[in-house]
Formats: sequence, C-alpha cells, structure tokens
Amino acid sequence: MALLEVDDLSVTFARRGQRTVHAVDGVSFSVDAGEVVGLVGESGCGKSVTSLAIMGLLPKQPGLRVGGKAVFDGTDLLQLDDRSRRDIRGRDVAMIFQDPLSSLNPVIPIGLQVTEVLTRHRGMRGEAAQKEAADLLDRVGIPDPRRRLREYPHQLSGGMRQRALIAMAVACQPRLLIADEPTTALDVTIQAQILELLKDLVRDSGTALVMITHDLGVVAGMCDTINVLYAGRVVETARRRPLFREPRHPYTVGLLGSVPRLDAGRGERLNPIPGSVRDLLAWPDGCAFAPRCARRVDECVGEPPELVLAHDGRSYRCVNPAPVGGTVPPAATGGRTATAPAPGTAPAAGGASPAPADDATAGPVPAPREEEKP
Amino acid sequence: MFRFIVRRLLQLIPTLIGLSLLLFIWLRRLPGGPETAILGERGTPEMRAAIRRNLGLDEPILIQYGRFVRRLIKLDLGTSTSTKRPVVTEFIERFPGTVELTVMAMVIAIGIGIPLGYLAARRRGRMLDHLSVGGSLIGICIPVFFLAYVLKAIFSENLGWFPSSGRQDPTLGATRITNFFVFDGLMTREWDAAADALWHLVLPGLALASIPLAIIVRITRASVLEVLNEDFVRTAEAKGLTERTVRGRHVLRNAMLPVVTSIGLLTGGLLSGAVLTETVFAFSGIGAFVAEAIGQRDYPVLMGFILIIAVVYVLVNLLVDLSYSVIDPRVRVR
Repeated sequence: MALLEVDDLSVTFARRGQRTVHAVDGVSFSVDAGEVVGLVGESGCGKSVTSLAIMGLLPKQPGLRVGGKAVFDGTDLLQLDDRSRRDIRGRDVAMIFQDPLSSLNPVIPIGLQVTEVLTRHRGMRGEAAQKEAADLLDRVGIPDPRRRLREYPHQLSGGMRQRALIAMAVACQPRLLIADEPTTALDVTIQAQILELLKDLVRDSGTALVMITHDLGVVAGMCDTINVLYAGRVVETARRRPLFREPRHPYTVGLLGSVPRLDAGRGERLNPIPGSVRDLLAWPDGCAFAPRCARRVDECVGEPPELVLAHDGRSYRCVNPAPVGGTVPPAATGGRTATAPAPGTAPAAGGASPAPADDATAGPVPAPREEEKP
Repeated sequence: MFRFIVRRLLQLIPTLIGLSLLLFIWLRRLPGGPETAILGERGTPEMRAAIRRNLGLDEPILIQYGRFVRRLIKLDLGTSTSTKRPVVTEFIERFPGTVELTVMAMVIAIGIGIPLGYLAARRRGRMLDHLSVGGSLIGICIPVFFLAYVLKAIFSENLGWFPSSGRQDPTLGATRITNFFVFDGLMTREWDAAADALWHLVLPGLALASIPLAIIVRITRASVLEVLNEDFVRTAEAKGLTERTVRGRHVLRNAMLPVVTSIGLLTGGLLSGAVLTETVFAFSGIGAFVAEAIGQRDYPVLMGFILIIAVVYVLVNLLVDLSYSVIDPRVRVR
C-alpha cells in the first residue's frame, strides 16, 4: 500500500461576483515508502497548491474549497482536525520551501528554529535539544554548527539557509518530505549540492520525497516516478526512464523539447511551447492544453480526456498521444489533425521532441545530475 | 552599543543649536512683545522702550542669542517675564506632571492598542475587527478637549468615580521629592498618596490616549496582517508548532517593529500636545503654563520648553532605536 495516496484532489477559490478558479482539478498520484516522486509543470499549474493542500497550509480564506482525499498511512489528511494535523506536520510529513530567506524567521536564532521542532514533537529541551540541533546541522553539512545555532538567518548564505530549513524538516525523521522547488532561489552550484544532500538524506533514512519543480534536470537526476501537471491536472504519469525516452502527452513532449541541450547542433533553436498557461478563469471544457497543442484533434474540445492506462504503469490524459517508438512527433503547426508520424523530421515550433536515443542516459535528459541507475 | 548611544547624544548638540537659533529669531519676529503683554494697551512708547531695555531686547538679536547660550551652558534658562521666577524652577515644578500624564496615556494606548489591533487582525472581517477599525477612526476624529469634557462630565461629575481636577488631593499632605507624585508616593511609602495621584491620572490619561490608541490599533492590525502572510509563518505552521507558539514567537514579535517606531513618534507628540487635556482637568502640568506663556510672549519660557521637548524627543527615539536592536537582530547597533 502506498504511503501517500492522493485521490481526486481539487482546490477551488470561489469569489463573489467572479468565476470560480480551479487551481487543482482532480489530481491523483501516489507515493510509496522511500520513493522519490516528481510533480513537474510550469508556473501556475497547481503544483504548489497541491502540496499546500496536502499539508493543510493553504491560507484560510472564504471561498476556498478543498475536495478529494490525501490518505497518508491510512488517515485522510484532509479530514483531520487542526490539532491532529499539527501533530502530524513536522513529525510524519515535513516540507521544505522555495525561498530559504523568507521562509526563515528573521528575528529568531537558527538554533531556536531547529529546537522548537524537537521540543514540539520529540519533547526535547535544554542541552539535549541543543546537542540534537547541532547534530542535525552537522548532518545537513553546515560547518561549525554550535556557532551557527546562535546566528540569525541573515548571517547565513543562501545555501546554508536552505540546509538549515532541511535540517528543521528532517529533525523528526519524517516518513514523507515534500520539497517545493527547493533549489529555485539558489545559484546553480549550490542547487546541485542541495539536491545531492536531499538525495542522501532520503536514501539513508528511507524517507519518501515529493519533489515539486519546473526543472526537468532536477527530475531527471533524482525522481523514480514523475507526474506532469498542466492547469491543475495530472496529464502524464510515468517512471523516469520511460517518460524521458517516450513522452506520450504532447505537453510532456513540449516540455522536453524546450530544454536547452549541450548536444544540440550549432545554431539550432529552442522549441518553446507556444502560448502560455491559460487563464484558469476561462477553464475550457476539454483538454486544457488543447489551445497550445500541436496534436490537437476535434475530440480534444468538448470534455476532458480520460486517463489512459498504458502498459508498465504509465498513464496519460490525451486522445491523440505522441506515438511510441523513437519517433519525433510531427509538427502540425496549427493543424487541425496530426499528420502521420514522420521519423527524423526536423523539429519545428510547437511540440517537437528532441529525438530520444536508445539509451536513456544519452536521451533528452537535460544536464543530468547523476548517472542513470538501472 | 555604548558608542552608538554616545554618538546619538553628540548628534543632539548641532540639532539643538540649529533649532534654538531658528526659534530664537522666529519668536522675536512675532508681532507684539512682552512689553505689550505687561503694559496692555495703555503703555506709552517710552514705557515700552524702557521695558525692552530692561529685558535686554533692544540689543542686536545675535548678541541676545549669545547671552542665551552662555546662560544655557550653566543650565540657566533665564527668568520668566510673566511670573518673574527662574524658568528652570517653573519647569521642575510643572514638567513632572506632564510626564506622568504622558506616560499614563501611552501605557493606556499600548496596553489596549496592541492586543486590540492583534485581535482585530486575527478576526479579520468579523465583528471585533469592524468595531476596532471603526472605533479607531472615531478616536482619531474626536477632538481631545471634547472627549476630555465628555469623560469628565460622565465619570466624575455624574458617576463620581474619578476626581475631576488636579493632580492629587491636597488634604493628603503628601511629601514632595521629585514632583512626580506617583513616584514620590512609592518612594516615601505613602501608598495612599501614590494611589490618589494615579487615580487623578486616569481620566486625563484616557482623553490624551485616544489618538495614540487609535493609531496603535491600526498600525498593529496592519502589521500583523502583513506578517501572517509571510513565508516564515507558513514554515512555522509546517513544523506543526502549536498555534500559540506560531502566534507568540513568530507573528507578534515581527509585527512589533512598526508599532515601536510609532510609539516613539507618538510619545514626543503627546508631551507637547497635553495642553488641552491639562486645561480641562485643571492639571498643573507644563502644557497650560506654556499656552499662557505664548500669549504673554514669555520668550525664556517658550525657548526652554521647546528645547526640553526636543531633548525628550531625541531621547525617546534613541530608546526606540535601542529597542529595535533588541527585537530585530538585523539592525543590531555597533
């Protein structure tokens, strides 16, 4: 049984006199114990709202409705009362946020910000808590932890701050860790270090990790299973290797195609996905990606596409998926119907995927951060 | 820390020189002078000139200023032209009353304002929020002297709960040491005297507190609302901390910064703004005395008052800056 089973999660913001916003619209995914799962998508696709809804951290406001289920170890987190939810947060399920500076309290020393978790969930006080906090900082690679405990967030570098936040999150050895774009605010070399640290931590402790990111490089480097989100829906779910080798949903194809690659030919241009994420207020009835899709057919508009379950556990929501078999999807620029697959066609604007090689390591994985493991 | 305080106090010197020179010249440019106040309409030009000569007002203005500064160094502010007593003596008698009143008003404003503003933010959009926001608007709009009269009419003349005037019941025969009546009562263990002086402060304190209270409620509310949306509050929630810890440790302390700043500015304003309240409650502070001095063109009293207010202002704001460094490590002073 999965550790976390998110089923048909929906988050809507209703405001008087305005159309209801569906920020998350029936998202389902599952996380097994010790697994690393990616939630990938553009800004505004609902990935952060999904994680906040699971944690019960969405800002309370009138008109906010959270539906569906998020079952963690047999209990539905969405049905818990405030008190039991606080008991689980930080102890069994922890979270790391995007901007480490604003996520730390500027007027409280790092030490107290670490020990308060220990006091709350492990009942540790005084010297014992101090010692454990220093050990935690040491474990996340902060040198001279005793001194750092007395310092304030503004005295730490960006990478140190994110390490400190990670220390707070793993303080109680949670079984699930949700990382919401943990490296976005950091520069590239620090990003790699933080990802490495997260990977080590989850491997050593058996913690499951939900990695929320827009960076396919991050996903390629560490996730076992990947969920691609678009406009509040999961459009494709697959294990890492199949996803990068054979993306089926045109949106995934587009995402992979718009990543710069070192092995691209000189002067070759990037293939951005045309348009932008549709305003959620004008929610189309059919596939949300249809207006930007190069493989759009008539059936795309009308009603949302059903989830198609393919072999080896993959699934996608598309009536006209990209074909399998090492082919490049055709560039049906603005075309009504997709033309027949034409292998080797030069990439054109709109939904063209970089040609996947046979070996996944050489595939369209953008700047992989580690060697692929079989 | 120590160097910071010394530096700030040294900065006071040029401030005071500039301020005093400006006001010295400005006051003497006002139409009419002490001779008019003393003689009224009937004085002949010769009599006026004689008084001016007597007070040294016939000399060039810079020479007058020089003499003022020389005396000031010896902490002598001159002699009041209306009461004929040394200004310093007058101030020692009257200033403590105003300070007590101001402190009382600020204690009321802070003691009610911060909790009320905080609760309003927590219950945003609900009854308490609307009441406190609306109430603070009324607090700002009602003229202080009007509120003072209303309070006096209801609580002292009708209900008889509080005394209607003065600083202390003279029949108690309390010992005077510093002229801070409450403080004196505590020092000499004359508890009834201290309590009586405190009792006399309640109504004028309430009246004077109305505007700072309203401002503190609004600033606290806005500041708490802002901090509630901060990422670090979400982090604290994600750690599973109890609501009490999140509010007390993470929200309130960060929300206090703008409130502390406003407290500093408001306190200075109250010292000089206590005139009307003191008049209504026949409270022998410095406010009424200075108001009188303006009519009398009592230059030494006015100069002395303004300089003291300036010094107090700087000291209060120095305290505010120091408390900043306690609240916020990012502005730690060196």
